[in-house]
Amino acid sequence: MLVAGIDVGAKNVHAVLLRDGVPIARVVVASGFDHEGSAGRGLDEAAALAGVRKEDIDRVAATGAGRKALVFAADQPTEIAADARGAFALFPPARTVIDVGADEARAIRLGPGGKVVDFAINEKCAAGAGAFVEAMSRALEMSLEEFARVSLDSTEVIPMNAQCTVFAESEVVSLIHANTPPADIARAVHDAMAGRVSTVVRRIGIEDPVVLGGGTALNAGFVKSLSCALGGVAIQVLGEAPYLGAHGAALIAWDAAQGA
Amino acid sequence: MDGQREFWRWSERSWQAPDLDRQAVTAVTAGIDVGSVSSQAVLLAGGRLVSFFSTRTGSSSPDSAVRAFKGAGEPLGITLDDVSYTVGTGYGRVNVPFADRTITEIACHARGANFMAGPAVRTILDMGGQDCKVIRCDERGKVLNFIMNDKCAAGTGRGMEVIADVLSVPIEEIGRRSFEIDDEPPPVSNVCTVFAKSEATSLLRAGWSVERVLAAYCAAMAQRVAGLIERMGVEREFFITGGIGKNVGVTRRIERLIGVEALRLPEDSVFDPQIAGALGAALFAHSLHRKREKERGVAAGAGAVMPPVDTAARKDLWPPAAGR
Repeated sequence: MLVAGIDVGAKNVHAVLLRDGVPIARVVVASGFDHEGSAGRGLDEAAALAGVRKEDIDRVAATGAGRKALVFAADQPTEIAADARGAFALFPPARTVIDVGADEARAIRLGPGGKVVDFAINEKCAAGAGAFVEAMSRALEMSLEEFARVSLDSTEVIPMNAQCTVFAESEVVSLIHANTPPADIARAVHDAMAGRVSTVVRRIGIEDPVVLGGGTALNAGFVKSLSCALGGVAIQVLGEAPYLGAHGAALIAWDAAQGA
Repeated sequence: MDGQREFWRWSERSWQAPDLDRQAVTAVTAGIDVGSVSSQAVLLAGGRLVSFFSTRTGSSSPDSAVRAFKGAGEPLGITLDDVSYTVGTGYGRVNVPFADRTITEIACHARGANFMAGPAVRTILDMGGQDCKVIRCDERGKVLNFIMNDKCAAGTGRGMEVIADVLSVPIEEIGRRSFEIDDEPPPVSNVCTVFAKSEATSLLRAGWSVERVLAAYCAAMAQRVAGLIERMGVEREFFITGGIGKNVGVTRRIERLIGVEALRLPEDSVFDPQIAGALGAALFAHSLHRKREKERGVAAGAGAVMPPVDTAARKDLWPPAAGR
């Protein structure tokens, strides 16, 4: 049986295709403005990649901020439900799930059996989400990958005073003018963002093991800063972290298809 | 920016008292407000407004302070040597190299608003480039209490500049154009400027007119600021200073939300809400200069002392009314 999970995020659409519960294709396309069109494209590409016909997909589940636009999705789980389901499948002992995307940071406490016990979200401020790091890497004229990498070479901790992405951009420019090493600026940016994400996590309490998903999980500089901000807790980065929500949605479709 | 228009850029503003007799300009005091986004200089002669200038703050605060001073002084041939006392204020006040003293922008805005709009002002909303303050003051313009948001660009001039760029609307036209709509749309849901930016583009894609998006954004900003005002409570009279004070799209919507109208300056007034901080600083400079002269005068046994500022006559700008 073929099922698909689509996560329509603020920046990217992630699609995961499962055959009998096992992933056979993963695809990412830009969200753009037309969420339905982008999601359809994601699904087409995933089907092509897996060598199956789109018509043969039995059930589709959509999650993410733009999920409501997908009329063809039989299930529309919340981001929390999708993340929880995905994290539980990828790492069953997980108790704290953190998902930091482009526009949102979420923290979920899981109980036994992957049940959601509590959750917290920041969706109000870009400074606690991936958009912040992206804007700062642009200010430093570095690719995101480079920005993440140099951060690990930082030798000096410098505080960022600005709490707002818009203000931080000017602060980064002044730091550049003051000849602050880019590595230290990158580290300061990651520390600042990690500080804000950690306040979201603390709202639900930190329980080991802690797992991280979402696009920012690929940023080693941020992961290091987040671990520090959470008091040195070990953070397990989930495999295929950016696909966490899509994977969870696909599993929800799979669960539903089996129950049906 | 080779051919590309900078929609966020507001024009510099300069004003000098007309028909000024250069010889009569003595006892000059200066107020320099180096803000995070704009820098202003105000020059008084004997406590009367003779010149002001408003420009963008550059990457160096001292340079911006000098540039602002020159903008106000040069048209009148006033140099730093002619200035008896200078007060620096604003975010970059410690970087005004020629200041005799620094005073917080809270105190300066209250004093400037008191002078501009009169002693009845009790609540001042200062909407600046990177922060937003609500100040309560007494009839002398003395600060009683204040609260501020300096953490978030939503509700500040910087936030408005970002939107001007996204929508390609010159910043000075935003207020007017935000009313060119048939009905008031709901405010954009996002508080954060970064998110509002993406929300604005998707609204355009959904077929909204630029004016309607502007209205929704101004409304969201007004809502946010109204929250701050209500935390402090409004006591009449209410007056708005700072650059956003010139954006009617935001100010009118704030008035609707809090149910209090802000004092309006007379049509022919030369005052600009953006210079309130620098004006307050210049007034403090005038008082401090008088105090210093008095002390010196007492010490030297001399009698000549500058006159105090006649607040009752504050609308009479230079030149003094005939027969005075």
